[in-house]
This record gives sequence, structure tokens and C-alpha cells, in this order.
Amino acid sequence: MVNKDKKKLLFNVFRFNSETDYLPHYDKIEMEVGSGEVVLDVLNRIKWEHDGSFSYRRSCRHGICGSCAVKVNGKATLACKDRVEDLVELFGEELTIEPQNKGRVIKDMVIDKKDFWSKYNSVEPYLKTEIDENPEKENIVSPEIAEMIDEADYCIQCGNCYYSCPAVNVNEDYLGPAALAITYRFNADVRDEGKRDRLEAVNDIGSGIWDCVKCFECAEACPKELDPIGKITKLHQQTFEEDMAQDNVAVRHAVGFKWSIDKHGLLDEGELVKYSEGLFGVLKHIPEAIAMYKKGKIVMPWEMPKSENLDEIQKLIKSASTAKFKGK
Amino acid sequence: MAKLKYALYTGCTARESTPELLKSTMAIAEALDIELVLLDEASCCGASHLQDFDDMLSLTLNARNICYAEKLGLTMVTICNTCQLNTAMTKERLDNSGELKEKVNEKLKEVGLEYKGTSDVKHFLYALVDDLGLEEISKKVVKPLSDLQIAAYYGCHNIRPSHLQQKSNGGENPYTPNSIDKLIVALGAKNVEYEHKNKCCGFHVELQAPKTANRLSGNAMLDAIDNGAETIVTPCPLCHLRMDIQQHNITKEMGREIDIPILHLPQMVGLALGIEPDKLGLNHNIADVTFV
Repeated sequence: MVNKDKKKLLFNVFRFNSETDYLPHYDKIEMEVGSGEVVLDVLNRIKWEHDGSFSYRRSCRHGICGSCAVKVNGKATLACKDRVEDLVELFGEELTIEPQNKGRVIKDMVIDKKDFWSKYNSVEPYLKTEIDENPEKENIVSPEIAEMIDEADYCIQCGNCYYSCPAVNVNEDYLGPAALAITYRFNADVRDEGKRDRLEAVNDIGSGIWDCVKCFECAEACPKELDPIGKITKLHQQTFEEDMAQDNVAVRHAVGFKWSIDKHGLLDEGELVKYSEGLFGVLKHIPEAIAMYKKGKIVMPWEMPKSENLDEIQKLIKSASTAKFKGK
Repeated sequence: MAKLKYALYTGCTARESTPELLKSTMAIAEALDIELVLLDEASCCGASHLQDFDDMLSLTLNARNICYAEKLGLTMVTICNTCQLNTAMTKERLDNSGELKEKVNEKLKEVGLEYKGTSDVKHFLYALVDDLGLEEISKKVVKPLSDLQIAAYYGCHNIRPSHLQQKSNGGENPYTPNSIDKLIVALGAKNVEYEHKNKCCGFHVELQAPKTANRLSGNAMLDAIDNGAETIVTPCPLCHLRMDIQQHNITKEMGREIDIPILHLPQMVGLALGIEPDKLGLNHNIADVTFV
């Protein structure tokens, strides 16, 4: 280990034992940390040099097992991968180390990941296919076809994306980015035959793909850079490709953009809400519509702005469209 | 310094539900001697929803928008975080894949256009803080916003995904963004530090998951309020729509009264530059802004 530039840092370390403690507390620990040391080195030293009762998960130390994920100043980190000096550059010389989810702590950094695993397992994250037990030739998958899986196969189930997802945080039914990314991984596998079952499992409003808030927190949090939100977008597209998109408010909202752009180039915001919600659904937005109207925030149909050269846009919509939705 | 000149992609909301954003943008550009050429040919960016339905179509339409900035030989500036995301994402994908670029250009050729990749795309916020500079802006402050405690609310799509935005946002870190905070200080006000400044407002699931949207906005707004914010400022009209128009619904969901003025970034700048409230469209704001 290279330790030539040691720096004195202050760590605030989350401590809680669910069997004995009523409330958590933070231990303040000063430590000299050298360049090249990762967060896991700090966790080890807290246990070995300061308090042997400190608990955390660790195993491979090589960014493969996904055990040692914690949060540092709110940022999801994989302790064996993230260097302390990078975190100091970002947050300064006082760092707060916390578990991935403070509400699920068993002891210190160790959390109960049951919610993560049950959602992950619910999408059947394995190859579903009839296997010929006595094959007479190899099943060759070409590199081009294998590439369709993209980096989705790199997931190490660390939970960083899941426990950074704000939608999961306020809606416990939402499957979250890890389960959805692995759904894509198997759906994109040519050997698999479970695509439609999986799309069925992730298609409901309240728990599935339509509840992603598009914040990109998962893309930032993933230590393997597998872009979970990119995979969620592809799942959205798959529901249209497989003709499985339901005729619901979220689907009509997505489709409605094309419909509105074709009419005006720009979006007709009021019409889009009506198109998405339907005639009765739109009624619940009346209080906001009145407030907006009073403040000159609603454009009347006859004043609706249109893009210049609208004919170009309409021509491109005809020629570049690739997706269909039969609902509307 | 040579006069700054950009092609302005307004997006849809600035022409419809947030007219105050376009008004205040044009007003401060004039006051700061920045020339903005309106891209009236541009269409909607798809707001990341069209992208869920038809990837090829959204790429083609966004590439077409950029073509018009390229024709002018100007950097495109956006005034909506989500326009910024979808335009920058299109640009990144086309610039990194000759095959995709060719495919999109085949379509664009049908309407006499070609995407070349010669125009950069950045949010107007970063044209202000990085290109013009805070020093230039503070020189023109005539009504410092002293005594005002302002919480910067960054929105997602200007700062994430970081690999995409850092080329155009001065390397702003998504975990510790500070450009708007520095701008607030340059305008003479006090910036409010709070945890939720880089979190999501939930706008994109407002229709199908209003509870999620209200909780996310509510958590952020209450965090700002509890840390002393007298107003919240945002560079994104979608965050603004959520926080300004939905305060009664957010109040209901959070079980706590929320009543706080929400300013668009150029409205805040305009106030410090001494521009009259009407020219900044403050009459369009729903949450009471009479404190200014």
C-alpha cells in the first residue's frame, strides 16, 4: 500500500445495534489515511484499531461480491472500490459513513436486504428455456447477439442503485433499478423464453417500469457502471415491441408526445394531460388548471404555438417512427 | 470579452405553462448583453417519455433541433433541464456512433438537413456562470438580494448522468453541485445549505404516481424550509411546475403547510439586476412572490 501522503481525517461512523439500542449514535474517529486506501481499509481499521464490536459486511475485496456497499456523505460507495482521497476531494476532510438504508439496520453497517432480494428474485432472474438434455450440436451465440445484453450482466447485486433510488424510498412497492436491470438482462438474452412473463411482472403502475422517476441516481450509484435507467428505458420500449403496453395513463402519456408533436411540433400540454388521463381522469386536475388559467399559464387552443417548418417534423414522424401502440 | 451569442432552444413549457421563464430569460440576456437567437423551428425534445416509446423517432427529432443551431454556427442553450438531457444525450450518442449518425442523417436528408455534431449544447445556467462569469454578473447587480435566504434546487437532468453533463456544466459534481449557490451569493443573497438540493422532484411520474411525486417534492421543499429558505430557485421549469403549482397537493401529502415562493433562475438574476417584476413575468407565478 502506498502511504506516502497521509492525511488526518475525521470519520463520523453510524452505530446501532437493533437488539439493544433504542436510537443510533455516531462515533467520531480520527484517523490518518494514506493515498490509495479505500473505504474498506477504513472500515477494517475501525474494527481492528478502535472498536472490535463494529460490524460490516465484506468478502472478496475485489468489487465482485457486492457485500461491502455503504454510504459516505450520502453517496453510495462500494467500500472496496472507492478511494478515500476521492471522497475527501468531493466532501472535505470530515466523512460520515452510514449503512445503505438506516431504516433497515441490523447492526452498524449491516442491513437486512430482504426487500432488495425479494424484488430481485420476483422477476425470475435466470434463463427460462426448455433445455435439450442430449444436444447434437452446440448452441452458438454470436458476439453481436451477446452484445445486446450490454453491460446488464455485470450486476453484482450490491444494492447501491436500489438504496439510492428516491422512488423506492417513498414507494415500497416499486421494484427498483436492480430488479429492472436484471429483467432486461434476461429479456435481451436470445436463449431465454421468459421475456413476456417478465414484462408482465414489471408492467404494472405502482410497482413497475412506469414508476421510475428518471432521476439517474441509479446510473451514478452503480459501481459497475451498468446504467440501470438505460435498461429501464429499454424495458419500456420492449413492452411496445411485444405489444404488451397496457392502455393506462403512463403509456398514453408516452405515446401522446408523438401525437402532440405531430400536431404542433411543440407539446400541447393541456391536450396531452387530457389524452393521457381520459375524459374523467382529467377532472382531478381542474383546481390546478383554474389556478394556472388565472395566472396566464394556460394557452388557449387557438393560441397554441407551433414549430416553424412543421411539415418537416410531420414528415420525419412518418418516416422515422419505429414503434406502435394499438391502444389509441 | 466578445459578445456572447447562443441559439436558444426554449422547449415547450417556456412557451406555454411557464411563460415567465422565457420572459425572464430574454430580459436578463438583454441586461447582461448576451444575444439569444430563438430556434423557432425546434420541436419538443420528447421529455424522456417519447424516448420510452420510440427511440429512433426521438433521436431524429432531437438531432433535427440541433441541426438548426449548427446552421447558425452557434452553441445551443437550453432553459429546461429535461430538454438539456435529451438534447445532450442525442448528441452524445450520435457523436459516438457513426452508424447511428448515418441512420439518423438518412432520415434528416429527406427534409434537407444533416446532423454534423458541430454545436455544443449547454444549459443557460452554465452560459451565465461559466461563459459570462460570476464577476461580470455581480458587476451589474443594482439591487443586491441582501437579507434573502435562497435555496438552490438543481433538478436532476443538469447534473446526472454526470458523464453526459460534465462536458457542458463546468464539471459540476452531482453529489456536491454549487453553481447556483455561488450565483446566489454573487447576487448578494445568502445560499441555504440543505441535503435535498440535488434530489428529484418527481415531475416525470406526476400523472401515474402522484403520491411519489408529491412526497419527493415535499421532502425537498420541507428540507429547504427547515434550513431557513425564504424562497427556492430552480433552473428547471418542470421542477418549477411541480413546486409552484402543486403546493396544495404537496401540503396534503406531507401533512404540513407548505407555502414558499418558487423562482425561476433568470427571475432571481433579473431581480438583482433591477429589472421590473413584470418583465420577469412574476405575475405568472402561482405561489405568492409579493415579498420581492
